[in-house]
Amino acid sequence: MDFKMALLIGVLFSCGVYCLLRRSVVRIVIGVSLLSTGANLLVFLSGGLTPGRPPMVAPGAKVPEAPFADPLPQAMVLTAIVIGLGLTAYLLTLVFRAHEAVGSDDINAFDNTEK
Amino acid sequence: MYAYAILLPLLIPIIGAVCLLIGAQSIRAQQIGGVFFSGLTFIASLVLVQLADEIGYVVLQSGGWAAPFGITLVADRFAAIMVAVSSFMGVAVAYYAVGEIDDQRLKRYFFPLYLVLLFGVNGAFLTGDLFNLYVWFEVMLIASFVLMSIGGKKNELEGGLKYVSLNLVASMFFLVGAGLIYGKTGTLNMADIAAKVGAAGDDGTQVLPAAMLLFVAFGVKAALFPFFFWLPSSYHTPPPAVSAIFAGLLTKVGVYALFRFHTLLFESLFSHFQLLLIVLSILTMVTGVLGAASHFEMRRILSFHIISQIGYMTVALAIMTPLALASGIFYLVHHIIVKTNLFLISGIVVRMRGTDDLAKVGGLVKTAPWLAVLFFIPAFSLGGIPPLSGFWAKLGVVAAAIEASLWWVVVAALLVGVLTLYSMTKIWGEAFWKAAPKDAEDMSPVREPEKVKRDLFWMVPPVVVMVLATAVIGLFGNPLFEYTERAAAQLIDPGGYQKAVLFPERQNVIGPYDKKELSTGDL
Repeated sequence: MDFKMALLIGVLFSCGVYCLLRRSVVRIVIGVSLLSTGANLLVFLSGGLTPGRPPMVAPGAKVPEAPFADPLPQAMVLTAIVIGLGLTAYLLTLVFRAHEAVGSDDINAFDNTEK
Repeated sequence: MYAYAILLPLLIPIIGAVCLLIGAQSIRAQQIGGVFFSGLTFIASLVLVQLADEIGYVVLQSGGWAAPFGITLVADRFAAIMVAVSSFMGVAVAYYAVGEIDDQRLKRYFFPLYLVLLFGVNGAFLTGDLFNLYVWFEVMLIASFVLMSIGGKKNELEGGLKYVSLNLVASMFFLVGAGLIYGKTGTLNMADIAAKVGAAGDDGTQVLPAAMLLFVAFGVKAALFPFFFWLPSSYHTPPPAVSAIFAGLLTKVGVYALFRFHTLLFESLFSHFQLLLIVLSILTMVTGVLGAASHFEMRRILSFHIISQIGYMTVALAIMTPLALASGIFYLVHHIIVKTNLFLISGIVVRMRGTDDLAKVGGLVKTAPWLAVLFFIPAFSLGGIPPLSGFWAKLGVVAAAIEASLWWVVVAALLVGVLTLYSMTKIWGEAFWKAAPKDAEDMSPVREPEKVKRDLFWMVPPVVVMVLATAVIGLFGNPLFEYTERAAAQLIDPGGYQKAVLFPERQNVIGPYDKKELSTGDL
């Protein structure tokens, strides 16, 4: 199971990087979203996969019964998803406005700051 | 009780940002509030420096959860001096921004974003938890993204897009690195990671791939070679006040993270990184200054110089002796002040002449001799002329390199110093010394000379204060250097940090914490 997840994460990362390297500016947003998804899955995977055993303490007990799902990577992924949400929203707006201002979708046309 | 002092540099900016969000339509309230809250942050940071120098490590466990399970806020001497210098820049540039930033940007929440940026920067310096560092990086990043493109001009949006995309990729690397380190070590607390990786000995190399991802992420943020290409494409596009605060703060947070990475987190793996860091630092120094030599606009030149000076700081880190680390910290402090100052001065040139293109300005030494003096001091401090602060900083780095027999570093540092001086004299010669070009009419963006005078009333005092600071650090810098030596002594001994965070009952640290039996063994 871990191996299939790792493979999936690898596929997501490669698709994300491929999209980032494309010519169209909109692909940058898609690439960043794919990378972000891959990163989130990887962080989640780092805690190990323990299906069906939430980290809840039974009444009267002091600790959850081992093995239980590690709650810390889940918290990290939630934080990362929310941060990614804000950043993707901003990136979309920025790409839209930049595309409007420059007048082209081609990243090679974005060279006014280099001249 | 005292540990709450560590919270003030964090709480004041965010409360200020929220207050200013409420009164966003009143320009006066925004300007007064911006300067007031950043000034309060500066005072709080000075208190923190005093406390950190006395106690050594000011530690606060948020929520009372004991380390390594809770999030720790740690202010050792290095973090405290970084917070203090950043807050100093915060208040100076906020004052400057009153004269520089136009009403349209102020109505679009310039000052709340500015305070959130200061909040993120202070948080990044004060945190002791790796994932918390990621969160502070993102806070700082999103504030900088918006500040960069808030004006809506074509240049800003383009520069913003390049800045955003490269920094987002760096954030992904950081997140992945943090996740993998958690998977390997089982903890996110920096002190605990250091303890576990240190205790693992040879097995510690298992975390090298994750550590490398973190190194790349911090390298992108710090503008190391070959990750710096977002900086020259984007730093010259926003208004000069925004460029100045970015130049002074954002890359230095990356350098701070690299310092923590090498002296605390993966200190036991440093032998794997040292050669890489030395080579990258030399390349950073050289490519930065050669890039600066090829441009003819003030702010583009200064942007490349940021990159080149970052190389000096990381090479000081790479040498990893007490003198080198002390010089590195001194260099950080000196450079933040000088670089922000130079950007502010270029902003004054833009306000007076309408452009910072060196071919189009000239004769400023006759029309504005005060500006020539104000430029002369930080520019030659950057170039390393005695007795200004840059000379002592460079001398420290070169002396540490000679002691460590790293001759390539010595040659590179001295050559790059000469080329930096060439750049500064180029700006001096073109913008100040030569006569104004005949066909350049007064292209100031503000048509009325009265308004320019009023704006300069706000823009000039921060520059004067920072020039005085540079001169004072140069002439009477011994107390500061002794402080950085004490800070370096703390950095070179990560055991002290780990003891302060993980076993606080053995220290004189006062703060809310739970006494808990930890199984990480005796340090």
